[in-house]
Amino acid sequence: MELIYSICTGVLTTSGIFLALRGRTFPVVVGLTLLTYAVNLFLFSMGGLHTAASTVIGSDMPMADPLPQALVLTAIVIGFAMTAFVVILAMRARGDLGSDHVDGQRREESREAS
Amino acid sequence: MVLLLIVLLPLAGSLVPLLCQHLSRGLCAWLTALLPAIALGISLSQTSLVLDGEVLRHSLEWIPTLGLSLALRLDGLSFLFTLLILGIGLLIILYARYYLAENDSIVRFYGFLMLFMTAMLGIVTANNLLLLWFFWELTSLSSFLLIGYWYRESDARKGARMALTVTGAGGLALLAGFLLIGQLVGSYNIDDVIAAADQIRGSTLYPLILILVLLGCFTKSAQFPFQFWLPHAMAAPTPVSAYLHSATMVKAGVFLLARMFPILSGTQWWFYIVTLVGMITLLYGAWFALMKQDLKGVLAFSTISHLGLITLLFGFDSRLAAIAAVLHIINHATFKASLFMAAGIVDHECGTRDIRKLNGLWRYMPYTTALATVASASMAGVPLLNGFISKEMFLAESLETQMFGGLSWLVPVLATLGSVLSVTYALRFVHDVFFNGEPKQLPHKPHEPPRYMRLPMEILIVLCIAVGLLPALTVGELLRAASATMMPAAELPEIDLAIWHGFSLPLLMSAVALGGGLLVYVLRHFLYNFQRQFRVRDARLVFESVVQGIINGAERLLGRFENGSLQRYMFWLMLAALLFATLGLMAIPELSGPAAPQPVDGVVATGGLLLCLAGLGTAFLHHRRLVALILLSVVGMLVSLAFARFSAPDLALTQLAVEVVTMILLMLALFFLPQTTPRESSGYRILRDGLLASAFGGVVASLNYAVLTHPVERISQFMIDNSVPGGGGHNVVNVILVDFRGFDTLGEITVLCIAGLAIYKLLNRLRLAMPSGDMEGRAWISERYPVILSVVSQALLPFALMVSIYIFLRGHNAPGGGFIAGLVTGVALILLYMARGVEWTQRRLPFQYQPIAVTGVAIALFTGLGSWLFEHPFLTSAFGHFHIPVIGDIELATAMLFDLGVYLAVVGATLMILANLGKVTTPHRPSREKT
Repeated sequence: MELIYSICTGVLTTSGIFLALRGRTFPVVVGLTLLTYAVNLFLFSMGGLHTAASTVIGSDMPMADPLPQALVLTAIVIGFAMTAFVVILAMRARGDLGSDHVDGQRREESREAS
Repeated sequence: MVLLLIVLLPLAGSLVPLLCQHLSRGLCAWLTALLPAIALGISLSQTSLVLDGEVLRHSLEWIPTLGLSLALRLDGLSFLFTLLILGIGLLIILYARYYLAENDSIVRFYGFLMLFMTAMLGIVTANNLLLLWFFWELTSLSSFLLIGYWYRESDARKGARMALTVTGAGGLALLAGFLLIGQLVGSYNIDDVIAAADQIRGSTLYPLILILVLLGCFTKSAQFPFQFWLPHAMAAPTPVSAYLHSATMVKAGVFLLARMFPILSGTQWWFYIVTLVGMITLLYGAWFALMKQDLKGVLAFSTISHLGLITLLFGFDSRLAAIAAVLHIINHATFKASLFMAAGIVDHECGTRDIRKLNGLWRYMPYTTALATVASASMAGVPLLNGFISKEMFLAESLETQMFGGLSWLVPVLATLGSVLSVTYALRFVHDVFFNGEPKQLPHKPHEPPRYMRLPMEILIVLCIAVGLLPALTVGELLRAASATMMPAAELPEIDLAIWHGFSLPLLMSAVALGGGLLVYVLRHFLYNFQRQFRVRDARLVFESVVQGIINGAERLLGRFENGSLQRYMFWLMLAALLFATLGLMAIPELSGPAAPQPVDGVVATGGLLLCLAGLGTAFLHHRRLVALILLSVVGMLVSLAFARFSAPDLALTQLAVEVVTMILLMLALFFLPQTTPRESSGYRILRDGLLASAFGGVVASLNYAVLTHPVERISQFMIDNSVPGGGGHNVVNVILVDFRGFDTLGEITVLCIAGLAIYKLLNRLRLAMPSGDMEGRAWISERYPVILSVVSQALLPFALMVSIYIFLRGHNAPGGGFIAGLVTGVALILLYMARGVEWTQRRLPFQYQPIAVTGVAIALFTGLGSWLFEHPFLTSAFGHFHIPVIGDIELATAMLFDLGVYLAVVGATLMILANLGKVTTPHRPSREKT
């Protein structure tokens, strides 16, 4: 189980970083989102993987570690805010620079790209 | 308190000139002089205490964690320097009032001068190494301002910059040395450091400390090879040169040598470095003083030479030599300041400083001639003047040195040679300027300066003669007190200050110097002809080209890394992160830990496989953006399921809601962006990125595996134990969010709100071309608002709101809470927007979402602040149980109010983002005919 979990975070990280290194805004955004998933899964697992546990006191199930859960919960919401910001920034950049390339240079977009 | 006043009065004095801007120059000068004069009076009132060998101390904490305190001390050495700084400073204030032209701002000059005076006083009275360094850098800065006083002239600007660069860089080395000392001793207090002198000298770091500290001293005191900045600092007004470059700032370096003498001296390292540097500087300065044609240039190089002499004396392994060095500091300050003043008078009255034009001035200014002659004679070491006393001590000490073994005889010979040259340039200064024919083509007809411009010189000359005639009576006590701070009182040698010691070798050497100097002066044309064979490089050009070279190099280096491309930054960032993670991972002896693996079940295996496939698919199919997006949503769903599987219902709910919102957002964004990504990456780049990403993924997976297979020690036990009694909630995750770590949450909703506002601004007046069809050219559906969707979304809204209220209310005790409830509400409203369009929805829900988000943050903040009213720390929660009909027994806690803030912030921010983005689409949806 641990092995499968680790492989999943590893694969998501790989895909995320590969996309984040691309030259256009949209793949970068998708890559960052993937990386967010990977990081959240990674952080979440720091408390250990608990099956049939609970973070509610008074339930008859064993306690899971609540701290990573609380941290990841806010991380998910903040991650959304950041994704939203970056993607809107990408739109704005395309509007102002005329291109969705991330090298910061103003250029005229070719017809195929749009 | 007394000590603090001595330093702070001149600091307050730097404001005085600003206040008397509108007054006459004379009044301004007197008022400026008032505060330093009081400080001088206060210092003098301590004379008897200091001469009795007492050390006055005063200490205030400043930044205790750094070891920095406002600790001051007044011992013999600092007392001596305080008198020099304040005394000569006052004379300079008087002198400058007549020197500066009508259109030079006297306010600015006095302001900088007083600032500099404060800094110097701080250096000499500091009892804390860090404080000393602070003032040390302040002298560099204020001298930069003073040298660049005539900032319209290129020479002044370049000279100031050079001085700042050299002394500032030396100051950084000094700081490094001080920090090492502080690390070694455990305190920056100078008393403690002196007490730990043996420990420092015995440390293996000693050579490094010594070199760093000496770099500071040598750059400040213009010792070889850092001497080049001083002649160029002569672009400053002459009062500045008289004050900074003869009496004070350049003396800061030798002061520090004296201060460090009990701490760092007495070793081979000290001896060889300090004597060699001092000797080279002595001869180098003396030679070039002879060659210069500029009056101030002569004085600048002679200053370098005399500073070399003082340094040399500190280097000799003898206590008497150090005492001679202190005496020469006093003497040099008096005669050199008066010589600079004389040069200033000549420049002021004749309009030039070129020695080739200046001749025979004695006819026009006999009085100044007399004063300058006495000062020069003192510099040359003529008997009955103060220069003679210290020079003879210097020659005597040079005979004592045995450190160079069989070559020790060279030291007195070179010392005599230095003295010969010093006599020659002193003679030249007097003879070439004030005698020797008639002046040639002077801009002005020379005459005597105003009465009070001469007064400072007269006072200094009187001091030269008084010390020269009655050395023991005038400076004996002061010298003894100053020396007592450099060595233990029991080891203080007998100081024999007298004009006549009987016929001795040093006297003979003095005579040789005087005679030889005269002879060299007569034969000086041979020297000039010899010197002409060399092409002298202008130090400033060399310096400027070095600086320019560094700037160009830095720009090239920066250009390689910072070319504006995110791809490159990402690559370096990831590579660096990978490097550190790899290093960390290599420190783990074994990847697989002792914890027993949990059994795999079919659901987890299938889910993991799907997750990996969807993740890889997103990367491989990223050119087709819509497909990639759908695969991304698959990943998100599976992550949400994973949270649910591993006992985190709160996370699963959050992830699910966020997933919906993210997908809608990305779909909307994709509408405005190209539908496909062109294939433009080279094979090499794909390989490079693929390798980097794979390596990174491998490292993350290994790290994760290592953590999961090692037994974990929970740090959240405190929160589990205190959740019910302290926070009043059974859902520990929620209690952590709104109570234990409430401050973090407050920060996070603030970020969320700011992101929403930033997006609102980014979308403002954004105009983007909207495609009329999808990527295969099919037109968008003509029916904008599908009926079924409208009906369903409208019916769903009340249910969704009800669910979100339910989730919100139960959040404290069961999975749920403000974040999730906010996201559910947000999703329901967005569905309505999608089904009915912005205009329709906005008519029925006339809200601005920005105020809602801000209100949410404000509620959370004020809930936190509210606990102050009850004298509890920020964000302390209170709770109680209430019975509400139908819903049942619930707990109402202030944490719930906080959660309400979170809820509103999340709803507001989510809709601020999506509704505003949606608005971009509505006003003019293109029809098919348009394109």
